[in-house]
Amino acid sequence: MQPFFALLLLSQNNLNRCTHAMEIEKFSYDNKIVKAFMIASVIFGLVGMLVGLTAAIQLFYPIFNFSDSPVGQFVSFGRIRPLHTNAIIFAFVGNAMFAGVYYSMQRLLKARMLSDTLSWIHFWGWQLIILAAAITLPLGITTSKEYAELEWPIDIAIALVWVVFGINMIGTIIKRRERHMYVAIWFYIATFVTVAVLHIVNSFEMPVSFFKSYSWYAGVQDALVQWWYGHNAVAFFLTTPFLGIMYYFLPKAANRPVYSYRLSIIHFWALIFIYIWAGPHHLLYSTLPDWAQSLGVVFSIMLIAPSWGGMLNGLMTLRGAWDRVREDAVLKFMVVAITAYGMATLEGPLLSLKNVNAIAHFTDWIVAHVHVGGLGWNGFLIFAILYWTVPRMWNTKLYSSKLANIHFWLGTLGIIFYALPMYVSGVTQSLMWKEFNPEGFLVYKNFLETTVQILPLHGLRATGGLLYLTGAIIMTYNLVKTAYAGSFIANEPAEAAPLAKNYVIKTGGWHYRLLEHKPMLFTVLALVAILIGGVIELVPTFLIKSNVPTIASVKPYTPLELQGRDIYIREGCVSCHSQLIRPFRSETERYGEYSKSGEFVYDHPFLWGSKRTGPDLHRVGGKYSNTWHYNHMLAPDAVSTGSIMPAYPWLFEQSIDKASTAGKISALRTVGVPYPEGYEETANAELEQQAETITASLKKDGIEVSSDAEIVAVIAYLQRLGTDIKAEKVAVNQ
Amino acid sequence: MYKNVLQSMTDVAVWPIISFVIFFAFFITLLAYVFLVDKKFIQYMKSLPMDDETPKSSTETVNRHV
Repeated sequence: MQPFFALLLLSQNNLNRCTHAMEIEKFSYDNKIVKAFMIASVIFGLVGMLVGLTAAIQLFYPIFNFSDSPVGQFVSFGRIRPLHTNAIIFAFVGNAMFAGVYYSMQRLLKARMLSDTLSWIHFWGWQLIILAAAITLPLGITTSKEYAELEWPIDIAIALVWVVFGINMIGTIIKRRERHMYVAIWFYIATFVTVAVLHIVNSFEMPVSFFKSYSWYAGVQDALVQWWYGHNAVAFFLTTPFLGIMYYFLPKAANRPVYSYRLSIIHFWALIFIYIWAGPHHLLYSTLPDWAQSLGVVFSIMLIAPSWGGMLNGLMTLRGAWDRVREDAVLKFMVVAITAYGMATLEGPLLSLKNVNAIAHFTDWIVAHVHVGGLGWNGFLIFAILYWTVPRMWNTKLYSSKLANIHFWLGTLGIIFYALPMYVSGVTQSLMWKEFNPEGFLVYKNFLETTVQILPLHGLRATGGLLYLTGAIIMTYNLVKTAYAGSFIANEPAEAAPLAKNYVIKTGGWHYRLLEHKPMLFTVLALVAILIGGVIELVPTFLIKSNVPTIASVKPYTPLELQGRDIYIREGCVSCHSQLIRPFRSETERYGEYSKSGEFVYDHPFLWGSKRTGPDLHRVGGKYSNTWHYNHMLAPDAVSTGSIMPAYPWLFEQSIDKASTAGKISALRTVGVPYPEGYEETANAELEQQAETITASLKKDGIEVSSDAEIVAVIAYLQRLGTDIKAEKVAVNQ
Repeated sequence: MYKNVLQSMTDVAVWPIISFVIFFAFFITLLAYVFLVDKKFIQYMKSLPMDDETPKSSTETVNRHV
């Protein structure tokens, strides 16, 4: 073995000599693009948090939905909840990610970004996408798939801008002056390739018009693809880029190298390889095949290892520097961020255990979980890098470390005040939903009893959000004052030797630098690693199409029901109402027969939802009268005292968009719904006929409403929900 | 139901075996790679973020306004 190691050392010496012998080149780092992304992140962060706070308040003061005002329909909970999630994920965290990547990548590769033009196309392209989201989501233009709500033209724009980012990144890697790619760069590469794959696969949709499309997939398949996407969006948009950022900025801030570089290699490969398999844990007890659910659980548990390896690597980097953590706000933010990463990545796998999931799913527990990750990990790491980079880029010192410390404590208290009430609320919900009395009846039969019970906890949660937002405002002030006190270094001068063209790895050393200096091979291998899990998980489920037990009585939606369903999607009803009855006695008692895969075969997109702020609606059809629905949508509180559901007065004034019916029928036929040829021509006549039946039944109760009103379509859809199986039972009984 | 799904796939029995082999091979290779990496090289990689400038403590302030 000795000659082998001697050769390794020899080749290392050659490497060093090689570098020293080269002529030094002068160049500069582009700080301007970093500054732009940072400003965008801070501004959109404040907006996104404010929208989140508003949505939180709406949940205990429904009056803040402003339902009766002219702007009511644009700011009701169902519309602004996706606005909040999109603003936080793609605008606040996304822009911060790009800022962190552009800052660290240039320095780690000792090269300016490939092209300033591409950098700015990336920046403005991304901001235009955010602007488009900010306009379309309140207008109700949405696909309803969580974190993928934006409609198809914006999806295409996202893909294009993402490619620009990728070209700029890979191009910079190719023209680098540092031969070896530090682990942060690996995380950035994995982020780029995986997000591209996820976004493209999940965005297959059939356009109806410029602002409307139907998911290419239906029911169970749509759910699997969506949560494969949703889960990995958390992994590869909110986690991997920030791990790269952690591996760069933490050693910088702590002024010592990362604890174990070997561990970081394992962290990277194990994380990207395992993460991609875990998506189905979002669909436990759903109608997804058991094997896929189990696969999701097993891989989720395995994820603890690389995640905690990463967390420990981060925290151990601070060994010997903990005294500085007491004084340095940057390190404080980082310690809480990394701890939150550890907590969220332990909690996530535990939530994927089926017995825990049975309790936690659809409750506020999940909201607490994601906010530990969002507020703690992403938010605090972003604050840390802002406090660290702004003084450097403006060549000054931070305006006030006292304000930074105040921000730290407000933020930390904010997270606690947010998470704890949501945990209590989640457990309360679950216990109340599942409690039976000795006679075997549900104790809290009325869903509303649970809703009312947790209102004070929602109040506390909003207080937590307010504290967190206040901290972020203080930070903004502090950073602006810092910037004014300094002078911005738009182009930071740097120098390094270019890569030697005749670089040859000496015998014996090939394996240990197999990847670090071959970006293209590396990118391909990262892609393969993430594709393996995706393929093994998705392929059998795609073959399922012919295997979903078909239920003869399940028929496509009528044109009126279809229009109603699209209004349901537009209003974001799926934010609060699930359409998936799990096979538990507590659920079948409350809602009716548990959901079957075969019932969703015409659901483009699926509308299972992920949260029960209100009751499940899968079997709501036929449960109440048309009149009940009419009155309930007009004034929920008058029908169900204490209800926190917003009113929907505009549904009574606006007319069904009949011009779109034919296009919708044709588009759905293209994706596999068996509407007969030529049906689109007669669809509106059928729609009107069904609407007349509903208005006639309302008239009997003294309600006069136009059969064109949107509420009629919504009633038709709600009355249809889950009745296909009931119809079958009736048929069998007869 | 999963039986229906799996039975309809040709040679489905090989599916979990392939998964396991890929998984096992992946991690064995990874561990072998990590333990064989030269220590000097690791030190070099580790130091990459530290090279680009002299770190300063970020929250020292010039003047305390607050």
